[in-house]
Amino acid sequence: MSRGRFGAYGGQFVPETLMPCLFELEEAYSAARSDAGFQRELDDLLVRYVGRPTPVYLAARFSASLGGGVRVYLKREDLNHTGAHKINNCVGQALLARRMNKRRLVAETGAGQHGVATATVAALFGMECTVYMGEVDIERQSPNVRRMKLLGAKVVPVSSGTRTLKDATNETIRDWVTNVRETHYIIGSTVGPHPYPTIVRDLQSVIGREARAQMLETEGRLPDDVVACVGGGSNSLGIFSAFVEDRDVQLHGVEAGGSDEGDSATLTRGRPGVLHGAYSYLLQDEHGQVSPAHSIAAGLDYPGVGPEHSFLKDEGRVAYHRVTDEEAVAAFQSLTRLEGIVPALESSHALAFVQRELGRARGERRIVLVNLSGRGDKDIDSLEKRLR
Amino acid sequence: MKTLAGETRALREQRRKALVAYFTAGYPDSEAFASLVRAAVDAGADIIEVGIPFSDPIADGPIIQASSSAALKNGMTLPLALETIARLHAEVPVPLVVMSYLNPILRLGTDAFARDAVAAGVSGVVLPDVSFEESHSLRPALSHAGLAYVDLVAPTSGEARAQVIARASQGFVYAVSMTGVTGARSASLADASELVEQVRAATDTPVYVGFGVSTPDAAREIARTADGVIIGSRLMQLAGDGPARGSAARVADFLASVRHELDALARDARVVF
Repeated sequence: MSRGRFGAYGGQFVPETLMPCLFELEEAYSAARSDAGFQRELDDLLVRYVGRPTPVYLAARFSASLGGGVRVYLKREDLNHTGAHKINNCVGQALLARRMNKRRLVAETGAGQHGVATATVAALFGMECTVYMGEVDIERQSPNVRRMKLLGAKVVPVSSGTRTLKDATNETIRDWVTNVRETHYIIGSTVGPHPYPTIVRDLQSVIGREARAQMLETEGRLPDDVVACVGGGSNSLGIFSAFVEDRDVQLHGVEAGGSDEGDSATLTRGRPGVLHGAYSYLLQDEHGQVSPAHSIAAGLDYPGVGPEHSFLKDEGRVAYHRVTDEEAVAAFQSLTRLEGIVPALESSHALAFVQRELGRARGERRIVLVNLSGRGDKDIDSLEKRLR
Repeated sequence: MKTLAGETRALREQRRKALVAYFTAGYPDSEAFASLVRAAVDAGADIIEVGIPFSDPIADGPIIQASSSAALKNGMTLPLALETIARLHAEVPVPLVVMSYLNPILRLGTDAFARDAVAAGVSGVVLPDVSFEESHSLRPALSHAGLAYVDLVAPTSGEARAQVIARASQGFVYAVSMTGVTGARSASLADASELVEQVRAATDTPVYVGFGVSTPDAAREIARTADGVIIGSRLMQLAGDGPARGSAARVADFLASVRHELDALARDARVVF
């Protein structure tokens, strides 16, 4: 078994040029973890800069609309600075970049949330920043493009392949391999070569640690179900990680079922292969070419998935489901009208699963915890067009 | 049966600097690909590297990305590429090496790939997205079937690591001339020659330099220390620029001028072999 594996999944499938940099990152991360000063600085930034802890909120009207006795709690990652969970990871990785004396950050982005979070920490730490974004996503998430530019980042449109997150990631890897000596790549999800899937999960695990304690405090017990959307898989692993050992808690990962144009349901419809540095489930054709993904949610529109999810699927610890574009849009509207909370289209997939599958669940006091991973301001333009 | 290691050693013994020419299988189309290979061999290429097109070629610059996506649009697949190679193998007298990203090979199955590749006359493989650490699970099956497993070393590897990798490499050592993707920038002479020296100190296996070798002059300067040069993007660019009918001639002219420089170099008694 080689390094950095989750069961059979993971590994380091990258050009040799990048390998020494991955060793350096692994060492820096290992040193940082045992450095109280690093932890203190990270915790302080999470509290004073990001705005943690985020609340869990009982969405009473949304719960009542489901028609059963279910109580739905939302972990409010949408209330973080920059509007999504992505900043948790970026703050930690920027600290790592500084430890490694890297003055330049690169990132891929789909929905733009990770790009905005990276541009934000680059501004905060005085680093140079380049973000790669597919042309399709630049069009459908334009508010985030403007934010990144205001923050001083260079946004590079990617016109190859499907012109979405997959190709933005290819282009970011190419930049990284070219400028590796002075550049740190902040991968935005639990994907990529070892040690990234572990680092990103660890940095996002604050979501689950807080939520677990908050549920115990509020309800006096753990939730019955924890639900999160899965693109690459960082918000879901962030919240799942605290509950994996609680065998009575059902964990649900919700993938993008898309539309007639296709889907991004990697775990439910793909098979294992290698993309972007790791062995994991992958949407691919019979000859091993990566298939184009589709989702209305740019952040889920990705044919790969983090290797730890592949492991959790095979182990049967997490159940993975699909939600269509249409169901996600309906859930977006429900939460907006019933709770006055505008969720990201990505997070709306998790809400739609709850509406469809857990709404009429039996049991007077069934408790469902949903990771509301981000807010939907970025989606307003494209939704207006769709709903018009 | 001739091995890649035997062939590369023989080139060195003949004081011939190796010229490796890369072509993407199925580009511009299957027939034209075969003509390009034949023309390259006639113009003095010693080894042909056949690129298997992949949807997400992260180690490649814009030129090979474009040739790969065009080849995929033409319906090229790994099994079809092996069929094409089998036909070429009967015609051209030089070793054929496959360069592929890992996923198409995994999908076919490593053992099936090894068997079919050997049957087609392939003598070695280069896998740009398989790190040395990950190669341990593939190398035995491929080597056992008779394919030389060619490793890549990079300017960032560092001396100790570059030497460990170089000693494991079969056939030749593929030295990446610079940090970057294929063809996007010019080779760094300083990076390349330092890397070549490190490899030479560790092994007798010939060391060839690739990535960014785009002119006859650059090829000559690199071959002052290296045993050979690998040229890809420049050939794909020549093949794609201008009318398809002339593409083999353009590629052949270019390779002939590289060959000329390399042969002139070999007549200089001070040049290392």
